[in-house]
Amino acid sequence: MALADRNTKLVSAKFGNEDAKTLAGYEKLGGYQMLRKALAMRPEDIANEVKASNLRGRGGAGFATGVKWGFVPKDAKEVHLVCNADESEPGTCKDRELIYWDPHLLVEGMVISAFALKAKHNYIYIRGEMMREYAVIAKAVEEAYARGYLGKNILGSGFECHLTVHRGAGAYICGEETALLNSLEGLRGQPRLKPPFPAIKGLFGNPTIVNNVETLMNVPFIVDKGGAWFAALGPGRSGGTRMLCVSGHVNKPGVYELPIGITFRELIDEVCGGVWKGRKAKAVIPGGTSMPPLTYDELDVPIEFDALMTDERIKPVEIAPGVPFDMGGGRQLRSMAGSGGVVVMDDHTDIPKAVWRIMKFYAHESCGQCTPCREGTGWMTKVAKRVADAQGKPGDLELLASIAHGIAGNTICALGDAAAWPMLGFLTKFRPDFEAALAASGAAA
Amino acid sequence: MSLEFSAESKKKIAALCERYPTKRPVVLAALHLAQKEFGHLSDDALRLVGTTLDLPYAHVYGVATFYTMFRREPGGRTTIRVCTNISCMLRGGYEVLDEFSAKLKLAPGESSKSFSLVEEECIAACANAPAVLCGTKYFLDVTPAQVAAIIAELEREPRPEGEVA
Ligand SMILES: Cc1cc2nc3c(=O)[nH]c(=O)nc-3n(C[C@H](O)[C@H](O)[C@H](O)COP(=O)(O)O)c2cc1C
Ligand code: SF4
Ligand code: FES
Repeated sequence: MALADRNTKLVSAKFGNEDAKTLAGYEKLGGYQMLRKALAMRPEDIANEVKASNLRGRGGAGFATGVKWGFVPKDAKEVHLVCNADESEPGTCKDRELIYWDPHLLVEGMVISAFALKAKHNYIYIRGEMMREYAVIAKAVEEAYARGYLGKNILGSGFECHLTVHRGAGAYICGEETALLNSLEGLRGQPRLKPPFPAIKGLFGNPTIVNNVETLMNVPFIVDKGGAWFAALGPGRSGGTRMLCVSGHVNKPGVYELPIGITFRELIDEVCGGVWKGRKAKAVIPGGTSMPPLTYDELDVPIEFDALMTDERIKPVEIAPGVPFDMGGGRQLRSMAGSGGVVVMDDHTDIPKAVWRIMKFYAHESCGQCTPCREGTGWMTKVAKRVADAQGKPGDLELLASIAHGIAGNTICALGDAAAWPMLGFLTKFRPDFEAALAASGAAA
Repeated sequence: MSLEFSAESKKKIAALCERYPTKRPVVLAALHLAQKEFGHLSDDALRLVGTTLDLPYAHVYGVATFYTMFRREPGGRTTIRVCTNISCMLRGGYEVLDEFSAKLKLAPGESSKSFSLVEEECIAACANAPAVLCGTKYFLDVTPAQVAAIIAELEREPRPEGEVA
């Protein structure tokens, strides 16, 4: 058992192999053998292997999958497993590739996970715009039914498992798990108040586990080689490998499966051929636009869930110069590993303009339920736009910080934080850029 | 004018209704099918979805107006979704959108008979920015110079989104 190296490929092993997308091709490569193995195990034992594996959610929060599964009440009559395939966090483009290249791995991962959770009616919620991927996964599900990997009595085990692919119709917020459940139930995709958490009361009022595509695709490997093996692939409390999506100003943007713990600098310089045009990285979004950015000097931090939250080389986010943002109980916010979407901006980037575009996204996608989010994201977009356009007014930077601070922690779902954190993060780390934009407006900061 | 679903759509809807404890979850799929058949979601189309699934008109209306892929007005045969979100913007997404706009003589949000032009949020193709999505077809690493050829291709081979409904 050893740490993963750059050649360790699990979920992306079949990228580029058209044949592997068909059931026959998948089976030829050993597909559905892990399902056979799992069905001979006890559900509790599979859940325990997942717990031991240190698999952490790849959807954004990095929550331990085995622990989440453990929240389902033991006496639940009906449980559901829902795969979150809504991928729409800007900078993130792994789930789409994973579904496209290895749809049966997702099906196999879901049936195994459903068996462990004793879940009979299960769903894949796929983003509406992913029309090509919908066609691919719908075909895989159909093939799996025809071969008896889904349906009433799977491979003679007595286990009944159904899988339905449910298409969304355009709404980033439906990636938030409770909005997703409402959308699945045929409602507007608005987040629910928590608690109750979905693991207690989710889809149709039943205990429900929502997991990301990549999370579920790792489960067959855990069943195959064991939780301890998977845990050993990664450092600390993060098992396995990680899909990283690198975009922006690098020579070789791409979707790469890499060891957890590779640093941002290694990722950019060694995997992605460096920053384009011989330039230098200025800002790096570490895991989707919702996460506070890093500066050039912070790129030696490993891309690992805990490191991004606690590594002291990352300057904490502030609400004003010298005043740290308090996440509650005095906890500071550095950054988070998020969704694996790494966006690199070179030293020619217009930072205020980039921030305006990010804010415009959140304003467009706010579901409108909470006043701080609905009004605040709109205001931040407006003010960021005028600053970027050299039309800013004195006090605009304080205004942006105060709106963001007013949103953070005061909303029903995390979209509010997702807008507020990068706003505060960019203001904290790239203040001179905003000040220059204000100076160009003829308004001193 | 009252509308009706095709036999094929009726069959699809009936099969989907078996997959959920009630009919309400099928509303998104039924709206996708209605948009495919009728081009857009008129009041009559919403009423049809309501009667098909035993849902009040107000509910169907509320759902249809929440999601950006549904349109209440007629649109073009192919919807061209040009991403301008951060990764695409950093590599020229707005220049690509402007070029589509100039060549098609459509502002983002406008439609002709053949095309609807949409400024899109991230379409999960960031590593191939700028990215453009037309139905099941992605155009990746797009430059403004390629836009004319893309339009010509879509004129020859339209990519209606209803293909997968
Ligand atoms: C605004 C918002 C959008 C989200 N979008 C996604 C998404 O597209 N895909 C995803 O897997 N998780 C997304 N999440 C996280 C989910 O709520 C949830 O935590 C995740 O699907 C759980 O799966 P995991 O534990 O396997 O990561 C989003 C969260 C928020 C607040
Ligand atoms: S925080 Fe924003 S997106 Fe989330 S529930 Fe409130 S208004 Fe909706
Ligand atoms: S930002 Fe354009 S595809 Fe993701």
